[in-house]
Amino acid sequence: MTALLEVKALHAGYGPVDVLHGVEFAVREGGITTVLGANGAGKTTLLRAVCGLIRRKGHVRFGGEPIETRVTEEIVRLGLAHVPDGRGTFTMLTTEENLRVGAITRRDRKAVQQDMDRMFGYFPRLAERHAQQAGTLSGGEQQMLAIARALMLRPRLLVLDEPSFGLAPLVVKDIFAIMRRVNEQEKVSILLVEQNASLALGLADTAYLLETGRVVLSGSAAQVRDDPTVRKIYLGY
Amino acid sequence: MEAFLHQLLSGLATGGIYAGLALALVMIYQSTHHINFAQGEMAMFSTYLAWTMVDAGLPYWVAFAGTVVLSFVLGVIIERVVVRPVEHAPVLSVVIVFIALLVILNSVAGWIYSYTIKTFPSPFDWEALRNPYLSPHEIGTVAVTTLVLLALYAFFRFTSLGLAMRAAAQNPVSSRLAGIRVGWMLALGWGLAAAIGAIAGMMIAPLVYLDPNMMSGIMLYAFAGALLGGIDNPIGAVVGGFVVGVVENLAGAYVVGTELKLTVALVLIIGVLLFKPSGLFGRRYVTRV
Repeated sequence: MTALLEVKALHAGYGPVDVLHGVEFAVREGGITTVLGANGAGKTTLLRAVCGLIRRKGHVRFGGEPIETRVTEEIVRLGLAHVPDGRGTFTMLTTEENLRVGAITRRDRKAVQQDMDRMFGYFPRLAERHAQQAGTLSGGEQQMLAIARALMLRPRLLVLDEPSFGLAPLVVKDIFAIMRRVNEQEKVSILLVEQNASLALGLADTAYLLETGRVVLSGSAAQVRDDPTVRKIYLGY
Repeated sequence: MEAFLHQLLSGLATGGIYAGLALALVMIYQSTHHINFAQGEMAMFSTYLAWTMVDAGLPYWVAFAGTVVLSFVLGVIIERVVVRPVEHAPVLSVVIVFIALLVILNSVAGWIYSYTIKTFPSPFDWEALRNPYLSPHEIGTVAVTTLVLLALYAFFRFTSLGLAMRAAAQNPVSSRLAGIRVGWMLALGWGLAAAIGAIAGMMIAPLVYLDPNMMSGIMLYAFAGALLGGIDNPIGAVVGGFVVGVVENLAGAYVVGTELKLTVALVLIIGVLLFKPSGLFGRRYVTRV
């Protein structure tokens, strides 16, 4: 299996402070990789560094191409869709306009329209609220919208930052089911950052554990789930 | 009654010009949260460019189109060269840059074209438009501003570039994550604002005549209009511009007299800031935090 995203010796941070100290991980083509870790471990920073939103140093390859010197807009155009923490909703645009923004780099109008209908199929709640100002959607609906917006890019890699954050368990279940479907049917690889370790390990095939900016454990999701430390601290049994 | 109707309609005609300039202010405010104090001088400079072209013998509408295009390009260049470097600077630095731009454009115009007042032609000198209520130029102004406003509305509402510009103004980070080149969207916004200003300048110049200080009063009305409508609401700014035009004209004719007309704008500005800082039409957006 070839790696779609490959990160080596990644250092990144804000201002003069480094948050990541030489992180190494990979997402294989068609796979689901999860990065676990406690608050402040550097999970969100890691995703931001991959997408070029913050200062970073090291090697990042996407689809075999080095992207560590590219700007965010170009990285996105290569097919990497990032659902940021806080969902990044365009609150004053309508639900439908939010989805159109997601597809704004695409020129195939017909396919965009089809994709929009497909998103409304995945998330019927969004179809009901297609003309509504997105800022008035509930937290769960905005998370659905954020994922749908990212998928409108027709990405090769979907990067998700804490999609379960602040949502009701039933909504989380829905969202994870759709991520699995997107991965299996549309062959979109996924990089998932989560605090809810048991959920994430249930979905992913590969897992990394991040602690204060370093990878301290990695392996298949099953291996990581059976690790005594992970069980005790992150899974709670 | 006829006189009243005349005042009301000609208020709407100048109101359209204020509406255009107010809209230009709002466009830049929405994406950068700064008031472009140089907006008026940019418009004045554009009008001089138009005058140069007409003076050189070009047909009016050719000069008009040339000025709009040239102003757009100059607006983009100003954003790239002057505004971009202070993108992350404190508010006061940005304000100083805008004021410097104002003074520079004003002096350069005076230096090139001198401070003597020039006449500026109106393209609407048609016999068929003669009537007791509005001058042909006022009718033409209403038509042009209406067309500009409709075109802008259609651009922002129905094109994907317009959508990208709205998205970039609202949430730059999310926009970058959707692949939008946010920096260019800002530059485009400046280009559009400059082009709108150019049209407003060319429409007002036949009435107030052409000189480097022609826009100072006009911009006060435009500020008043933008504030009245809500500085972050394009539709509000347009409505505000029209309202200010009418109020100014009626107050000048029946209440305070022409000498004190400008005071009306200042009273409006202070009134809005004191009693309704978000503006009359300031849409209330519901946001979850």
